[in-house]
Amino acid sequence: MTMPSVGILNDGAATPKRMTPWQWVGLAILALIGFFGLVAPLIGGDPLIQDLDHVMIKPCLSSPLGTDHLGRSMFARLGHAARLSLLLAALSVLTAAIPGALLGVAAAWRARWTDTALSTIADGVLALPGLLLIVLLTTFAPGKFWPFYVGLSLALWVEYFRVVRAASQTLLRSSPVEASRLLGFGPAYVVRRHLLPELIPVLRTLMTFGAATSVLSLAALGLVGVGLRPPTPELGTMMIELLPHYQEAPWLIAEPIFVLLLAVTGLALVAGERELR
Amino acid sequence: MGRKDGGQPLTVARIIVRRLVQALLVSLMVSTLSFVMMRALPGDAAMRVAAARYGHDLVTARAADAVRAELKLDRPVASALFAWWGDVLRLDLGTSAVTAAPVVDEVSHQLGYTIRLALAAMGIALLAGPLLGVLCGLWPGSAFDQTWRALAAAIRAVPPFILGLLLIIAFSVEMAALPAAGTMDSTSLVLPAITLAVGLTAGLIRVTRDALKSVTESGYFAFARTKGLSLSEALVRHGLRNAAAPVTAYVGVQLAFLIEGVVAVETLFAWPGIGHALVHAIYARDVPMIQGTVMAMAILFIGLSALADLAILAIDPRRR
Repeated sequence: MTMPSVGILNDGAATPKRMTPWQWVGLAILALIGFFGLVAPLIGGDPLIQDLDHVMIKPCLSSPLGTDHLGRSMFARLGHAARLSLLLAALSVLTAAIPGALLGVAAAWRARWTDTALSTIADGVLALPGLLLIVLLTTFAPGKFWPFYVGLSLALWVEYFRVVRAASQTLLRSSPVEASRLLGFGPAYVVRRHLLPELIPVLRTLMTFGAATSVLSLAALGLVGVGLRPPTPELGTMMIELLPHYQEAPWLIAEPIFVLLLAVTGLALVAGERELR
Repeated sequence: MGRKDGGQPLTVARIIVRRLVQALLVSLMVSTLSFVMMRALPGDAAMRVAAARYGHDLVTARAADAVRAELKLDRPVASALFAWWGDVLRLDLGTSAVTAAPVVDEVSHQLGYTIRLALAAMGIALLAGPLLGVLCGLWPGSAFDQTWRALAAAIRAVPPFILGLLLIIAFSVEMAALPAAGTMDSTSLVLPAITLAVGLTAGLIRVTRDALKSVTESGYFAFARTKGLSLSEALVRHGLRNAAAPVTAYVGVQLAFLIEGVVAVETLFAWPGIGHALVHAIYARDVPMIQGTVMAMAILFIGLSALADLAILAIDPRRR
């Protein structure tokens, strides 16, 4: 769960506004996984149907990625798992980013005790590593999807809040904003004209970190057995299910690992190489 | 991460107060969630605990009532919640529903294993990372630098639980050289410690390299060399200390990922530490143990973060 530190803001001016070629490569990788997640569940058949006459067959024309130890289609299972991971990432990142960013602007705008209260809450959330919060929530609904969504959203909003707050504090004190205010423009104009253009590249980076955290948390907890449960196709549970069959069919466990690493690499590339290198 | 929010100077008192407030908030959050868990989980919690303790065929209504009184499940919600918080503040975390031993004893036993693993991992990372980073930073652009930077970038994309799987496959299955699970002998520590250490090492290589590069390109370093200090003298007297602040800050930020990594890595390698205990408490729905382990990990994280803050303060007087 190596999420790079968020140090972008200290030199906010240097944040590139245009996408670099490597970021396009990352986006292409993510689009590929997204396409796979959309199409494979549609054409791959049922990921739960077992066929004990054809277990652990090698990739071939009829089953493009082979079948697992219960004869289930790896193509269909990986497709479902990829869709699930990306869905969780998109949902939790959006749910965290929008309120987090709004609260960040609010805290910067109304200093005094709004800021103090919000910052104290944020500090408290920061003190509990996100994975532990998710683990606590999964106890309420073992094997369900929502604890991941709620836990990730609750853990991730703090990053948006802190970064947006820090950036907005600097921006709101800048002379262009002061000029706009003196000219009588309201808060909506200041946010749209002065804050958003500066914040969007930063938010984009944070969202890719958040998406990587989501994907990794789901897989990590699936792997240790407190996440989604078999037979649900999920990358982490698939890995731990297929590990005992490594010696007969090493390509099987390699497939979910490859999908996960590809997704994380894609996200890291989109986040920008400056944090990757 | 330059913690400049608010722009106030850091002081020892301010660091300690901030971390104490965090510890209090986390305890409140975790204990409230655990309290709700105790009451909201399906089934009669008292009966479940009694059954786990005395055996499913021996549990009686009287035993369940005794457990109910012990867990304060017979009291109204508000009074029970305050009593629960009071217990937590007095470090009375109850008894495990599975082993019937006090949670504090269980957790302190497991904490020993976790600390041994964490120390081993930190030891590896803090030796290898900065050393390689310094060598890269001294000669930026060299073949050595480029190789290690590319390697570090690739490794950082591999999360610890995947790395653990790959190491198990390589060293335990293919080579049968190292144990994949348990605490049989000293070699058992090798794979989990390396798994935890590698990501941090890769990050440290990058951060140390960048920090040292900016130091050696600075004016004061050039002056130190010009006035006649050798490279090693200039490094020891001026370079390392200046490079150490960002490196320490990086370690502080990575602590959360280390704690999260502990949960997955300990479970994967069946290392009987606190992360492993948490996962098993969840299997068993052992609420007092869940609360105790999560709280211990959170407090450990906050304590280590405070140490990292204090270390930065000691290294870099400009922040005072």
